[in-house]
Amino acid sequence: MSELLTAEGLHLHFGKVAALDDVALEIHPGEVVAIVGESGSGKTTLLRVLAGLMPPQQGQVLYAGEDVHAMGEAARRRLMRSDWGFVHQNPRDGLRLRVSAGGNVGERLMAAGARHYGNIRAEATEWLKRVEIDPARIDDMPLQFSGGMQQRLQIARTLVTRPKLVFMDEPTGGLDVSVQARLLDLIRALVADLGLAVLIVTHDIAAARLLAHRMLVMRRGQVVEQGLTDRVLDDPQHPYTQLLVSSVLAA
Amino acid sequence: MTEASIEAGYNFGYLDENTKRMIRRALLKAVAVPGYQVPFGSREMPLPYGWGTGGIQVTASIIGADDTLKVIDQGADDTTNAVSIRRFFNRVTGVATTEHTAAATIIQTRHRVPEAKLREGQVLVYQVPMPEPLFRLEPRVAETKRMHALADYGLMHVKLYEDIARHGAATTSYNYPVLVNQRYLMSPSPIPAFDNPKLDRMPALQLFGAGREKRIYAVPPWTEVKSLDFEDHPFQPARADAACVICGARDSYLDELIVDDSGKRHFVCSDTDYCASRPPVQDAAA
Ligand SMILES: Nc1ncnc2c1ncn2[C@@H]1O[C@H](COP(=O)(O)OP(=O)(O)OP(=O)(O)O)[C@@H](O)[C@H]1O
Ligand SMILES: [Mg+2]
Ligand SMILES: [Zn+2]
Repeated sequence: MSELLTAEGLHLHFGKVAALDDVALEIHPGEVVAIVGESGSGKTTLLRVLAGLMPPQQGQVLYAGEDVHAMGEAARRRLMRSDWGFVHQNPRDGLRLRVSAGGNVGERLMAAGARHYGNIRAEATEWLKRVEIDPARIDDMPLQFSGGMQQRLQIARTLVTRPKLVFMDEPTGGLDVSVQARLLDLIRALVADLGLAVLIVTHDIAAARLLAHRMLVMRRGQVVEQGLTDRVLDDPQHPYTQLLVSSVLAA
Repeated sequence: MTEASIEAGYNFGYLDENTKRMIRRALLKAVAVPGYQVPFGSREMPLPYGWGTGGIQVTASIIGADDTLKVIDQGADDTTNAVSIRRFFNRVTGVATTEHTAAATIIQTRHRVPEAKLREGQVLVYQVPMPEPLFRLEPRVAETKRMHALADYGLMHVKLYEDIARHGAATTSYNYPVLVNQRYLMSPSPIPAFDNPKLDRMPALQLFGAGREKRIYAVPPWTEVKSLDFEDHPFQPARADAACVICGARDSYLDELIVDDSGKRHFVCSDTDYCASRPPVQDAAA
């Protein structure tokens, strides 16, 4: 199976801090890869560099064989609104707060050229249902929604154009535990339905176990271990991964 | 008229020749890239910004001794603003002025497009207060530039979507955004949406000057100008459903007048020249 996205030799330092230290990875179509690691280990930085939002100081990111950081802004933006999606930890960073739920979901359709109001609305209605938001709330503003609903709205808005690859940065962070579990189930179902490739950053080992085919463990800007999720969690090789897994088991 | 009638001490058209050349270069670029906002070195004019200094500089740069100038404000030739600008050009160029749309070679306008069809060879100069059609949706100038560069106008349709979702129709009745030549999003200036269809494939050259914002843009003759809409909610140029009390016109844009203390309303053509060119209705009261 050919890779959708590959990265190699990524370096990015903030002053003395090595946020990325020789990171390489690849992701295949339909594959869910979790990136775990302690706070400050470089997870968000990696996601941003892979998504072309931030250039690395060294190294290369290839999407469908094309160099993401060399392709020019127009091409990158086009990717961002067609093939890719980005789900932010804080839904407010990924939503337009002064635009209704329907408008939020419809935006990517319109950016992609949809010009039929009725169809856009029907599609938005469909997606609200899919993320378990009452379609009667299609004209409500995101700020009238709970945190969990906002996050589901952000997911609907991102997936409506059926991207091939979605970057998610702690999509369940900041939510109540019970809400987190429901959201994870929803993400898992959508990802399977749509055959999406997902790179998901999470603190939550249980979430990684539930969602991801493979996982990468990061520490101080380096990928210290990677492999199939079950293998990494059941038989961790690196002492840091062992610590991470045991601390979860103990908790 | 001859140059002899220019008021002493002024260069023809008020602006010096270098400034006119600079503005003409901006105009050529604007015509070459329809709807694209070209920056220019806007000069101080002897009128305040709200008076249309952008339009005045454009007119001053293109006007020649054998031009005939018409100036309208909200469709009327006789408002203070229109009269002042006309007088100004008469003093600094000596060119003939007219109130007849058909007789003019250059028409400078604020807030209206004449009702009479313009023809090839005429130039319509718009006074523009805010050239950036995206500024209400995206206040960051660098971001609006990027959106224009990438023709990334989805956000404009989001606004239209929101209008329809909330009010059942587009709520913008002035300055309704248009797509020029299938490429650049453009503000038509604060003309009523009723006038938008006139911009489409107009035989005359259309020039837009924004003095305070230092931008010039243009629509060359016969260029496609499309008002943004949805397939199932097509653009609808609104007009009061009434006839002009003076000429009976049902096809012109109307101003609403309150004619007595009881609040009685009348509608009259906003384009005074158009109204005057039509036979008056028989006195209904007689
Ligand atoms: N813009 C920046 N300027 C300076 N340092 C930064 C910047 N962004 C990140 N860093 C540093 O780089 C390191 C990696 O940060 P990053 O945000 O990628 O970590 P993370 O794994 O996402 O952490 P968390 O789990 O807390 O979100 C940290 O030490 C952080 O302080
Ligand atoms: Mg982070
Ligand atoms: Zn009339």
